[in-house]
Formats: sequence, structure tokens, C-alpha cells
Amino acid sequence: MNASATASASARSAAAVGVSVEGLSKDFNGFPVLREISLTVNPGEIFVLMGPSGSGKSVLLKHVVGLEQPSAGRVLVDGHDASDPATRGRVRMALVFQAGALFNSMTVYDNLALYPREHRLGTEAAIRDKVMRSLQMLSLENAAGKVPAELSGGMRKRVAIARALVMEPQLMLYDEPTSELDPVMSATISEVIATLREQYHVTSIVVSHDRDLALGIADRVGILMGGRLVSLGPPADLRAPADPRVADFLNPVIDLRNPRFRQLAG
Amino acid sequence: MAAETSQPSEEIESILTSAPKQVVRPLVRVLEGIGSCLRLLVEAARHVPTLPRQFGRFIEQCYLIGYTTLPIVGILSFFIGSVLALQSGYAATNIGPKQFIGLLVGLSMARELGPVMAAVLLAGRVGSAIAAELASMKVYQEVDALETMNIPPARMLVLPRLAAVLAMMPVLTIMSDLVGWFGGAIVAKYTHFISIEPASYFATMRQYMDFGDVLNGLVKAEVFGFGVVLVCCNIGLNTRGGPREIGASVTRAVVTSLILILVLDYFVTKALM
Repeated sequence: MNASATASASARSAAAVGVSVEGLSKDFNGFPVLREISLTVNPGEIFVLMGPSGSGKSVLLKHVVGLEQPSAGRVLVDGHDASDPATRGRVRMALVFQAGALFNSMTVYDNLALYPREHRLGTEAAIRDKVMRSLQMLSLENAAGKVPAELSGGMRKRVAIARALVMEPQLMLYDEPTSELDPVMSATISEVIATLREQYHVTSIVVSHDRDLALGIADRVGILMGGRLVSLGPPADLRAPADPRVADFLNPVIDLRNPRFRQLAG
Repeated sequence: MAAETSQPSEEIESILTSAPKQVVRPLVRVLEGIGSCLRLLVEAARHVPTLPRQFGRFIEQCYLIGYTTLPIVGILSFFIGSVLALQSGYAATNIGPKQFIGLLVGLSMARELGPVMAAVLLAGRVGSAIAAELASMKVYQEVDALETMNIPPARMLVLPRLAAVLAMMPVLTIMSDLVGWFGGAIVAKYTHFISIEPASYFATMRQYMDFGDVLNGLVKAEVFGFGVVLVCCNIGLNTRGGPREIGASVTRAVVTSLILILVLDYFVTKALM
């Protein structure tokens, strides 16, 4: 194999991957959470999945990363079945958990260094360089020696993203990356997600309630309600949605004379 | 063909549905637990070649399982040896042969109480901590994070603990035996109705015991310790729900471990006879 072929193979292995969800259904104890979801996410795309709480967004994300097994249908990541544990060895996927899921007994540095150490991706010096680069990218150099309990909510989210970044993923999954953050920090996180796509051409699937994030960085937006995909299209569609349920979800009107909780109770 | 294969399953189903639920459910849970433990064991065994590069974790677990448990094992074993000497001395005042107190304490500690007490303390002190830590990691999605990083939890969280308990149980058991023997010797010497000199106490022990008795206890301790750590890891990693379930998992892990120790004790003792 010549040098250019090797470089090409290397570039191919690092390329962004596509995701295909085919007729995915999931029940928990007979209760349907996802119902026949079908969608594709193109390589390098930022796909934002929105929907009310409990609509199954995070469950869908867990199927993509192989943490849940489908009741019916399948999810393919770069053509490989996501429910097969071997897929995580073939495709580098990183999930940024809603609460961070940082290892509480480790420092921020060790949280980031765990993946390259466990997979023996270089010497300790090389790992240190990689970890510090990721921390610098998210303005976290000073947090390297801290443990997660000493970090604010925003910092924890950024550390979780930095930890995902160290993996040099082909597919990044974000579960509510801007929840519980102030508007400026939310905008910062949105910028980070978009920048990662620009710099590394990584495919991103973002589960969020954040309309500004969807309008600002998404290539396409899917809306999940009651376990069904009710809307799929470019973010511009969100400005004037045809479906009244989607319109109400995206632009809820506060009506003190006829509040929702009374309507639901009635 | 389909009819032939479906017949036995229908029979099993009818048995399960006709049997009282109070009997079937716990039985199914026990079988599920055994299956789950065996699966975890196989998964951990697959990663044994990675043990040398997990040496740091192995040493850390040896410290937690062995070093931090030694003092409590020592204290408890001292008093168990003492009580054994006291009770057998009290009984011997009516019968006569007091010189056999050394043998009684020696054999009881080496073959039974040393390994059982070390395992019981392991379950209470280390098993509960393992279950709490792994349950907490599961509930707060740290275990999910490991899986998404393609780092098998069985390799990083279970294997070093299993290796460490195999290395540390003989240490804890020998410590328990020795301290128990000395506890018995002190009580035998200073209790007025016994008054046996340590030389005589240890002489009967040396005369009637051999290394096989100690080895018997060490084998039992290894089996108990391995079982306790495996069960506690499995219960911790299978925790579902919120913080409340962490406490429930710890309770379940300790109770299951204690039952396991006593059940295994019978079968291992019988097998070693």
C-alpha cells in the first residue's frame, strides 16, 4: 500500500458516519415509548431532535449508541447494527450525557485521559497533549486537577464534551446539552457543537428542548411526540409549523385564563 | 417439529402458572441472579489478559479489600478464639481433658471460623462498599459512559476486584486463624477454671493438626471471597432507578452474600472431606 493509499484509508477511517433508523419501536413493560421511527442522519450533519419531556428522545439516542435494544426495527450506524456491541469497536461514537456522567472518583484530567489510556492510544505524554488540547478548546485548562463535584453545571457539560472530544469521534450524540444552563452558556455550547462539526466534520445528533439551538446550528430538525416522529425538515420549517401540536410545543402561549393544567385535569 | 418443541415450554408454562406466585417469583429471581453472575464471570474472565496493565487498580483493590479489613478481622477473630476457649474450657471442667482446648480452638478456627468470619466481614465491609460504588456508578450513568467508550465494565470494574480478593483472602484468613489461636491461648492461660499454659495449648494443636487443615480453610476462604465479590459486583451493576435503589442494592448484596457464604460453606466442606 503506497503513502497516498494509506492516507486515504486513514482519512476514511476518521470520516463522519451516517445513521439510519429503520422502523424503530421500543416498549418498556408493554408501554410503548418509541413507535416505528424511521429517519436518516447524513454524514457530517447536525441533526437536532426535539420534543416534549417523555416523548422518547433520550431513549432513541440510547438506541443509536447501543445502550438499549430495540423491541422492533433497527438502527444502523455506518451500516453496522447499533445493538451489536462490536459496532462500538468499529465506529467511534461519543455520547454527552444530560448530567455529564463524569467519573466522580477521578479528576477532570483523568476523566479525559481514561479513553486513550484504556485503548492504549499513545504514550502518557501524547495523551497529556491530547487531553490539554481538548481542555483548552473548551476553556477548561484550570479545571484539569478538579474533581467533578467541584465544578458548576456549565463546566460539567463542557468537561463532558471535552471528554467526548478526546475520543476523536465520528459520531457525537448530545443529550440535552444546554439544559439547566444560562442563556449565554447555552449559546456557548451551541457554538461549540457547531465548531466541532466545522473542524472535525463529525456527525452530530443533538437531543434538546432549546429552540434557539435548533434554529442556530441544525441542518435538520426532527420532532418527536408520544413516541412518533411528527415532523422532519430544515430548521426554517420551525418558524411556521403546519402541525398545531408542533406549533404549540415551539411557541407555547401562557394563558392565565385557561391554563393547560386545568385543561388536562378537565 | 414446531409442535414438538412447543410442548415442553407449554408444560413449563402451565407449571409456572399453576404454582403459587410467592414460590415461583423468588425462584425465578434466584435463577436469574445465578445466570447473571455467571455471565459477568465469563465476561470478566475474557479480559484476564488485560490484568497486567491494570496492576494499579489491582493494588488499589488489594489495599481496600485486604489492608483496610485486617484490623476488624483481627479484633473479631481474637474474641472468637477467646470465646471458643472459654466455652470449651467451661465444658471441659465437667468432662476432664482440658488439654484438648488447644486442638478444638485450632481446628475450629482453621477449618471453619477463620474463613467464615473473614468472608462475613468481607461481605459487610467490602461487599457493601463495592455494591454501593457500582450501583452509584450505574445510577449516575458512569457505567453507560464506560460502555459508550467501548471500555467493558467487567474489565475495568470487576476483574481487578476479583483478582484482588483471590490474593487477599488467604492473608485475611491466616490473620484470622493466628489471632484466634492466640486469643484462645490467652484466655486458656488466664481463666482460673482452665489455666492451661500456652506451651501445652499449642503442643496439642501441633500434635493433632497439620497444614492440610489450614489449607482446607484457605480453599474455603477463596471460594467465599470470590463469591461475595462477584455477587456484590453483579448486584451493583444491575441496579436500576434512582438513589433509593443504591441503598436497596447494598442491602441485597450483603444479605445475598451472607446466605451464599453459609450455603457454600456446607457444600465446600462436604467436597473437601
